[in-house]
Amino acid sequence: MEKKTVIEAIGICKSFQGPTEVKVLSDVSFAIYSSEFVSVVGKSGCGKSTLLYILSTMDTNYEGDLMLDGVSMKNKKDAVLAKVRNEKIGFVFQFHYLINEFNNLRNVMLPALKMGKFTSEEIEAHAYAKLKMLGIEKEALKFPNQLSGGQKQRVAIARALINEPLIIMGDEPTGNLDKKNSDIVFDIFKELVETYKQSLLIVTHDLDFAAKTQRTITMEDGQLTHTIH
Amino acid sequence: MKFKLISQIAIALLTARLKQSLVAAFGVTFSITMFITLLSFMGGLNDMLDDLILNRTPHIRLYSEILPSPVQPIEQSIHNADAYHFVAHIKPKNELSSIRNSEAIMDALNQDNHVLGFAPKTALPIFYNLGTIHLSGILNGIDIDAESRLFSFQDYVIAGEPIDLKNTPNSLILGIGVANKMLVQIGDMVQITTSEGTPFNLKVVGIFQSGIEELDKVQSYTTIATTQKILGKPASYINDIQVKIFDINMAPALAKQYHTLFDTEAIDIQTANAQFETGSSVRTLISYAVGITLLIVAGFGIYNILNMMIYEKMDSIAILKATGFSGRDVNAIFITIALSIGLIGGALGLLFGLGLSAIIGEIPFNTPSLPTVTTYPINYNPKFYIIGAIFSIITTYLAGYFPSRKASQIDPVDIIRGK
Ligand SMILES: Nc1ncnc2c1ncn2[C@@H]1O[C@H](COP(=O)(O)OP(=O)(O)O)[C@@H](O)[C@H]1O
Ligand SMILES: [Mg+2]
Repeated sequence: MEKKTVIEAIGICKSFQGPTEVKVLSDVSFAIYSSEFVSVVGKSGCGKSTLLYILSTMDTNYEGDLMLDGVSMKNKKDAVLAKVRNEKIGFVFQFHYLINEFNNLRNVMLPALKMGKFTSEEIEAHAYAKLKMLGIEKEALKFPNQLSGGQKQRVAIARALINEPLIIMGDEPTGNLDKKNSDIVFDIFKELVETYKQSLLIVTHDLDFAAKTQRTITMEDGQLTHTIH
Repeated sequence: MKFKLISQIAIALLTARLKQSLVAAFGVTFSITMFITLLSFMGGLNDMLDDLILNRTPHIRLYSEILPSPVQPIEQSIHNADAYHFVAHIKPKNELSSIRNSEAIMDALNQDNHVLGFAPKTALPIFYNLGTIHLSGILNGIDIDAESRLFSFQDYVIAGEPIDLKNTPNSLILGIGVANKMLVQIGDMVQITTSEGTPFNLKVVGIFQSGIEELDKVQSYTTIATTQKILGKPASYINDIQVKIFDINMAPALAKQYHTLFDTEAIDIQTANAQFETGSSVRTLISYAVGITLLIVAGFGIYNILNMMIYEKMDSIAILKATGFSGRDVNAIFITIALSIGLIGGALGLLFGLGLSAIIGEIPFNTPSLPTVTTYPINYNPKFYIIGAIFSIITTYLAGYFPSRKASQIDPVDIIRGK
């Protein structure tokens, strides 16, 4: 069965201008299909985060092309890209980036409120459902600083899920977590793929974690060296 | 809907820095309070001084002046028409300073619907006789009813009844300066001499205090008939017609019109009191300058708090952008923060300004020159409040503009990479 391509990088090159030009990514091409769980591994500094920022449309300063859901993201306006991120991409970073002035429920609701497709009652129900799915519905009305690191990361995952994105991207989402919490997060990701057919692209330096994913892309000096299926 | 979300986020950021936000808002409150108070007080002072001068000043004064004939006979000569004439020997006639045709003019003024009213006057120079000393002065023959109605004459009569001037023959109301010098009281007789040397006895029925000392030392008032009697002139003998019109701004135009129509001199209030207007506008200008300076200082307060918030909330801004808020949304959030600080601070400032000026308006203020004023004058002109509100919004918007732009331009990649 032909699988639908969710995101496709076509010959992406990126270099940083400085005293000397540093080429961080050279000719990176690959594709991710729907309900695929892909991990990216590589040594620290090899350009994994840089690649992810480009794939997430936050960094627009690169050569090559990026297709998201079949649409090129090249030369799009800031507001258009913001809308794409809002509707099609969910993010999980190493740091949770929850807003401390809002309770956890509201933090989860924010991207959906921004999208504005549903009433705030509906959004609240969706947010509760996501929190419940991640086993932290009891923490909904608490504030982020009242949660443990693992719980915060789960709220961040719920926030990434709220708009039912095409793909969830994670930049070392378990980097700050202990083994137990890492496993919990991994199980969540796995469930998302298996039960909810969610596509995932997770950057990690944790080889155990990567080994458990469906496909691993290995990077070295800004190039893809091999992918393990 | 979108505005609701933006304002919710703005409020969340505000509460994160509640104390500093309140201090910034208080800065606006303080400056608007001072702005309103200052302008109301200055406005009140200006009005008071306007009253002091303008209320007693006719909008247009018609008088006749002793002037040389503008067309000298030699100029009417058909010979040497182009030549320059040095000979100008026809001196003014001794027709004195009576307005010609005064009765016809007053009839015409009665018909004119620009005119609120007018008060005729016959003034003559006199001497107050004080033993062997003669104090020079001016005796004004006035129409007491018109004078009271148009120029609040009764307000300045501090002893006696103005109406007695009409009821008691050969009476006068004496300026307080002269009265004190002559040691006279109501009911006393004073002797005056005209410039021709004719003595005359008049009974004091009132004491007058204008607040302008120079005037109070020389002026006294009687009826027109009395002055005409002293001068030995007919009832049509009038020096001066003081006209009040409905729209003071029309005074210069009407003065010109009357000048040609009635063939008298006519001077309007704007020309006669040009320097006075300047004083008022300078005072107003200073109040505005001080008020705006205070506001600008408050603006810097807002600018600071916003910069601090942006610096502290870098992470929140980054995640908002990463999850789909555009630069414009972030800009709107911070502008909303700035404007709510400005609006809340400004609204309180308007209220406190009203309160403070009301308090000042209750403070007793007695001055012999202004018998009708008992407390500090305050002008509650709504214009000041509207200007204050607009200024507070404009300054807070400007104060918020640059920080908000900075926030909207934050690159989330920079922030996220830094963690
Ligand atoms: N803003 C920048 N300017 C210059 N070099 C940068 C910048 N950001 C990242 N780099 C360099 O790009 C390389 C890749 O960085 P990164 O993508 O963060 O690696 P990874 O996530 O794989 O650890 C590193 O060598 C880093 O020093
Ligand atoms: Mg990295």
